[in-house]
Amino acid sequence: MTTFRGALVIAAKDLRVELASRAALTSAVTFAVMVLVIFNFARDPGEVSLQVLAPSVLWVTSAFAGVVTLNRSFTMEQERGAMEGLLLAPVGRSAIYFGKYLANLAFVLTVNAVLLPLFVLFFNVTIGMALAWVAALLVLAAAGYVAIGTVLAAMTVRTRFAELMLPVLLLAFLVPPVLVGVQATSRLLAGRPAGEIIGWVRFLVIYDIVFITLGWLLFPATMDE
Amino acid sequence: MTARNQHDGLIRGGLWITGLALVGLGAVFAEALLGTPTERWQGPAQKILYVHAPAATMALTAFMLVGVASAGYLFLKDRRLDVFAEASAEVGLAFAAVMLTTGPLWARPVWGTWWQWEPRLTLTLLLVLLFVGYRTMRTAIEDPDDRARFSAVVGVMALVLVPFVHLSVYLFRTIHPQPVIFKPSAPSLPWEMLRTFILSMVAYTAVYIGFVTTRYGLGRRAAAEAL
Repeated sequence: MTTFRGALVIAAKDLRVELASRAALTSAVTFAVMVLVIFNFARDPGEVSLQVLAPSVLWVTSAFAGVVTLNRSFTMEQERGAMEGLLLAPVGRSAIYFGKYLANLAFVLTVNAVLLPLFVLFFNVTIGMALAWVAALLVLAAAGYVAIGTVLAAMTVRTRFAELMLPVLLLAFLVPPVLVGVQATSRLLAGRPAGEIIGWVRFLVIYDIVFITLGWLLFPATMDE
Repeated sequence: MTARNQHDGLIRGGLWITGLALVGLGAVFAEALLGTPTERWQGPAQKILYVHAPAATMALTAFMLVGVASAGYLFLKDRRLDVFAEASAEVGLAFAAVMLTTGPLWARPVWGTWWQWEPRLTLTLLLVLLFVGYRTMRTAIEDPDDRARFSAVVGVMALVLVPFVHLSVYLFRTIHPQPVIFKPSAPSLPWEMLRTFILSMVAYTAVYIGFVTTRYGLGRRAAAEAL
């Protein structure tokens, strides 16, 4: 089996398991909505306008939801001893990595797909080209940090305090894309032309290429020899 | 010579280097206080440069060496590289503590604020937190093989994060002083200041070597006793 096909099979397996219960996705989406709502109380309506706060709220919520979603990506393998099965399957470690990566990316993007319309609703954002660019930025950022999160989650699931270890390690890696995302989103929502954010888009593309490659190279070291 | 004696020799050697380096560092501080001119705009606060900048440089160097040793470990599977990475990470955190305490002490009179959420500070702080996470993860893994491999993965990832940290310094506006020494053109510090700064760098490097040798010896001894 080629790496590509193996990866698709593993990703499809994860998606099927999730769709059977929808437990993880439902909780991640609920969590994201809760964060979005709580942020609204953390603001003095007379002092800080919605427009000023909106980009940070969107990106911080998206990042937290990403961490929560990634946290469970290897728990199933760990709890039911399915990791051995996966390792014995006639696919390489690269296929396992890309399979897990694709499944995680699908989960994180699903949560974001629910988050973005709610963000538009709660923060009264105009629907248009600017919003399409924001969506593209969210996808670009997720493509990079999910690659890191997949590798980290494969390790933290086997440590003590697993649920705490992942955020502690992953949040530092989330800061560059979140910083860039907030800056670019502020420009876009303020009606600036998309040409102004092209430097940041490049930054995110490089971030993605570097960390997807690195994840692929490092992932075998997280599996038992 | 038994392994035990060898490790004890490393620890003793490390302590000697540390002792000498600290004496040297004391001399550099005396020179900085008495022998360098007072900067016109910043006043005496500028003298923190001799403590802060070398500490920051050594902390970041220590973290980068963790990354290099980690990459080496993943290729060579030599446990000594893992022990070195652990030692360098801990010593890096000690230097980072100096950096994070002297920085605000300087910033308060010069910037008028202890802390500024500007990119270089923010991302250095994050790198420090990431290495606190690295330390925490090491303590949360029982199996020494798993611990070495997992830590190496995090060490390499942190190393790759550094260029993104650096790039973001140029992508965002910053109020942190721009480099006056490590930059493509000639250093723009007056010679008395530059000389003291270089001596301080040398002393700090010696402290790093002393600390890491001691910690490495302790780590090797602990690993030998665990067998």
